Amino acid sequence: MMNLHSSFLYRKMVDRGMAVVCALLFLVAFIPLLSVLWLVITKGAAGLSWDFFTQLPKPVGEEGGGIGNALIGTLAMVAIACVLGLPLGVGAGVYLAEKGDGTIGNTIRFMAEVLSGVPSIVIGIVAYALVVKPMGHFSALAGGVALAILMIPTLARATEELVRLVPGSLREASLALGVPNWKTSMRVVIRTAMSGIVTACLLAVARAAGETAPLIFTALNNQYWNFDPRAPTASLTVQIYNYAISPYDDWHTKAWTASLVLLLVVGMLNVASRVMTRSRLKGAR
Amino acid sequence: MADAAPAVLDAHAEGGHRGPGNLGDRVFNGVLWTLGIMVLVVAGLIVLNLALVARPLAKEHSIWGFITSTEWNPIEEHYGALPFLYGTLVTSAVSIVLAVPIAIGLGLFITQFAPPKLGRVLTIPVELLAAIPSVVYGLWGLFVVVPWLRSAIEPWLGKYFGWVPLFTGPPIGLGYLASGLILAVMILPTIVAVSVEVMKTTPEANREAALALGATKWESVMMAVIPYSRAGILGAVLLGLGRALGETMAVTMVIGNAPQISASLFAPGYSLPAVIANEFAEAVSSVHIGALAGLGLILFATTFILNAAARVLVTAVQKGPGRISG
Repeated sequence: MMNLHSSFLYRKMVDRGMAVVCALLFLVAFIPLLSVLWLVITKGAAGLSWDFFTQLPKPVGEEGGGIGNALIGTLAMVAIACVLGLPLGVGAGVYLAEKGDGTIGNTIRFMAEVLSGVPSIVIGIVAYALVVKPMGHFSALAGGVALAILMIPTLARATEELVRLVPGSLREASLALGVPNWKTSMRVVIRTAMSGIVTACLLAVARAAGETAPLIFTALNNQYWNFDPRAPTASLTVQIYNYAISPYDDWHTKAWTASLVLLLVVGMLNVASRVMTRSRLKGAR
Repeated sequence: MADAAPAVLDAHAEGGHRGPGNLGDRVFNGVLWTLGIMVLVVAGLIVLNLALVARPLAKEHSIWGFITSTEWNPIEEHYGALPFLYGTLVTSAVSIVLAVPIAIGLGLFITQFAPPKLGRVLTIPVELLAAIPSVVYGLWGLFVVVPWLRSAIEPWLGKYFGWVPLFTGPPIGLGYLASGLILAVMILPTIVAVSVEVMKTTPEANREAALALGATKWESVMMAVIPYSRAGILGAVLLGLGRALGETMAVTMVIGNAPQISASLFAPGYSLPAVIANEFAEAVSSVHIGALAGLGLILFATTFILNAAARVLVTAVQKGPGRISG
């Protein structure tokens, strides 16, 4: 046996074999991706119409109806999350990159890393305690707060990495010209990293738009149009969930169509961020 | 290095508008510091609020009784977390068993076997898997994976592996196996991305040394890449496990939502995030809400520890032992 193990042919075959196995594993991982995309597109496209984007949901059994209010709700909650979360997340990231080398910086960095893995449903409970309980009812504001808390840690880490990519020579050139520290940070370092930071923000928005769990018991749901941030609000994701677990075939179709809309939104945000990354890399050369 | 410059400036412009002591710098530093500290404030708020909401439970139940009791009956105000803990652990274990070998294979293919250009292209589908929202995975699971398990996979497993307690009972589709399978798909991108990161840190010298001694590519992987990145891969797995434990929507939609403990993977169960998602909005009594927040607190503590451990492992590998290149 020893002879066989050390034979060149045997070792060559193991080598080739394992390379093929690894490549095949890739195909295995591809199947679910293709399956999800294919089904969402084929099953969802059937229900697409202008009404789907502009109408309110109809009760069971009635033809037509849409998810207009859910789209507005998602938009509103993501907007609230952006107002609260983007400045905090980006600001914390800039702090980590510019001043974060001490003990406090390391603690904050570690916290941001660990918090970015906390389940979103747990953040939902926190938003419930922070907003829903004092107000006494579910609201779009509570949903927005939950999404904002989710954004902060991931965004802080991404921003830090991007700001740290700015070459030190740029900063030194600016300081050598007599520009004060804060102006150097704002006008030279952060501006250079800006397109990257925008990319990170787009990805954070995409992630927030796809969240369901923290909205179920913060924003709840709403059958009607709602433009009041203090009132319960429908969202695209919660609507998909409700349609999916219902026993009606008609609603299942709507769940697929709403999923297609959600994937298009998330996909566009991802593509936009990718395009921005690419143009930034070109500019750097 | 950057700090040296302002010190010089300061000497020339003492009390002026340029040194680090000027108003602009002080305001800027103060604002930045406040924003940074907010991360810690948010962390504190999370712990504080979870504890506050969970407090009514602690008054009614002992913590040990809460964790070990198997009965969950909100009407009689009896709360036991064990079925949910069990469901969460079993589904996560299934997902890890399914995802880890595939993820390591993918990581090796991207970093070692594929040409560098192809490797970069192949990370795109992995990122796409991560970008799909979990409710869409749930929808797919409910209408594609569950029927497939019920009609094809579970009867087959029962026929040939029915002697294993894991694969007994009627093929329902909804249950631990369906949840574990979908979780595996969802945590795959996390494990692959972090594995690739740590595998890339293997010093070229180590790999080339193995190759120079006549090792094949696979042998160089086993001799140089795997030993070097082992701790980091473990970190990647822990990060994936953390995601699996906390994943809510996809599991809620396919686990069956039955608060029971079954040895068979075909049986329906329940998980920590799923029961929170299903009952929180309708919970009326403060003890019921407290019990759900208590489950949330368990979830928070577990994922916190897992993520912390994972980060320590990954950072240690990325920094490297230092003696090889030095």
